Amino acid sequence: MKIKFLKYLSYFVLVIFSITFIYPFLWMISATLKPEIEIQYPNLIPSEISLKSYYNVFMKIPIGRSFFNSLFVSGAVTGLVLIFSSMVGYALAQLKFRGRELLFSIMLLTMMIPFQVTLIPMYVLMVKFGWVNTYMSLIFPAMISVFGIFLLRQYFKAFPKELIEAARLDGCSEIYIVFKLVWPNSIPGLVTVGIITFMNSWNDVLWPIIVIRKQELMTMPQLVTLFATGGQADAQMGTILAAATLLAIPVVILYLVFQRQFIESMASSGIKG
Amino acid sequence: MITREEKFGWILSSPYIIYFVIISAFPIIFSLILMFMRWNMLSSMQFIGLQNFITLFQDPLFWKALLNTFIFLIIHIPLQICLALLISALLNSPDLIWKSFFRSTFFIPVVISGVVVTLLWKQLYSTETGLLNNILLGINLEKIPWLTSTKVAMPAIAIMATWKNLGLYIVILLAGLQSIPRSLYEAADIDGASKIQQFFHITIPMVNPTLITVIVLSTIGGFSLFIEPYIMTGGGPLNSTLSTNLYIYQQAFSFYKMGYAATLGFMMAFVIFLVVMLQRKYIEREI
Repeated sequence: MKIKFLKYLSYFVLVIFSITFIYPFLWMISATLKPEIEIQYPNLIPSEISLKSYYNVFMKIPIGRSFFNSLFVSGAVTGLVLIFSSMVGYALAQLKFRGRELLFSIMLLTMMIPFQVTLIPMYVLMVKFGWVNTYMSLIFPAMISVFGIFLLRQYFKAFPKELIEAARLDGCSEIYIVFKLVWPNSIPGLVTVGIITFMNSWNDVLWPIIVIRKQELMTMPQLVTLFATGGQADAQMGTILAAATLLAIPVVILYLVFQRQFIESMASSGIKG
Repeated sequence: MITREEKFGWILSSPYIIYFVIISAFPIIFSLILMFMRWNMLSSMQFIGLQNFITLFQDPLFWKALLNTFIFLIIHIPLQICLALLISALLNSPDLIWKSFFRSTFFIPVVISGVVVTLLWKQLYSTETGLLNNILLGINLEKIPWLTSTKVAMPAIAIMATWKNLGLYIVILLAGLQSIPRSLYEAADIDGASKIQQFFHITIPMVNPTLITVIVLSTIGGFSLFIEPYIMTGGGPLNSTLSTNLYIYQQAFSFYKMGYAATLGFMMAFVIFLVVMLQRKYIEREI
């Protein structure tokens, strides 16, 4: 009797929490389709459906262009992080060379430096390089990830040494070994690093706000932020939420497809990071 | 004699070495120099000795921002840990159906951009037309001035941040809980220990290492609070939601006080280091 009560109670708690997590998003989508006056009410089904809010967003800001910017930057960052993390991770895991331990300790140390310290000098550097208002300022600082190196090093360590030796005897270069031999056998590790890098890059706002001032080069979260906080949206809640919904859609689609990978990747990043 | 392995070790590590010099070593050294300078990026740098540190210790806004950030952490972390523990413990019960549905649901706000979440909650929190206040009115309670009262604004942001990050910590804790052997609970059942007793005497001690990870992670995350107050309140009302990062951002990119902003950055690195050290020491001894 008591066990049964506890069981129902736990379902009750979980369902309540699920509603508090899902309902606001459903309400947000509904708000973008409602007439402005109706937004303050909790009903999910609009009295009349209109796409005016979305129309406003597309008319007022280059949201399509910012989507492309974000996709390009996050894609480039993810690709470069995967390539460089694999090279360095492989060297640390499988090759013996003087200074390896030193390099590893330096990485551990740099991981502990909060970004507040490097933010200002990084901006100055971007100004000196002439990279302000270019994609380079968004891609270059993010293209190496110490987290990625650590995770892939861990992964590559388990790769059998005999296979690498055999490939060397066959005359394969180390680059070939990393990308043609080790990579195909490390898909889960690469997916983890890829998802986390892509997400972090896609969702970053602070750095783009600092280095990008030209509207046509802005990333999607940046453009939506400035649109909502500046006067451009005319304080119309429906329009602001429509911009927010458009910003959420790409990640939500990715999440629906790769749900399990997302959850496992982020959980492992927490444990290892 | 340089072996082939040695050569390739360095070649393959070279991207990191170059990156380290440009993105880590240079900025740190440059930051250390900037702390003793006055510089607005237009005129040349001017050496001012310890003036930035003196300014910092006498700057009421910095201490206000630091206090605000601590208020945020003091609400956000315990709330998050308790809820995450509760939910992950519920999710960990062996005969639960729909487990992956619940897990996926709680995880949605984690993957969605903080910008989306903040814009959504800004509307929910709106005093006059906000959904929360309309619901409160509907059940005959008084309106709460969520974002317009100096007392409520920061806690409101902390609640939103908890809502956003909870799923991540649920998943991390769940992984920790799943590694606890079932036999411990079975033995406790035989000895007649209640579920509540089991929770406090088996679950909590066994999950402690994960708990410390979660606390440290959310502390470091909490210190980077920026976009939420930037969008929701701009640091107001009366600077009650000004976070340290927002303050650094303003000093650097609204007032172009680069030297002072670098000093603030270093101060924050020191504070974060200190807080995390204290947490580790205190929590590891307590539990």
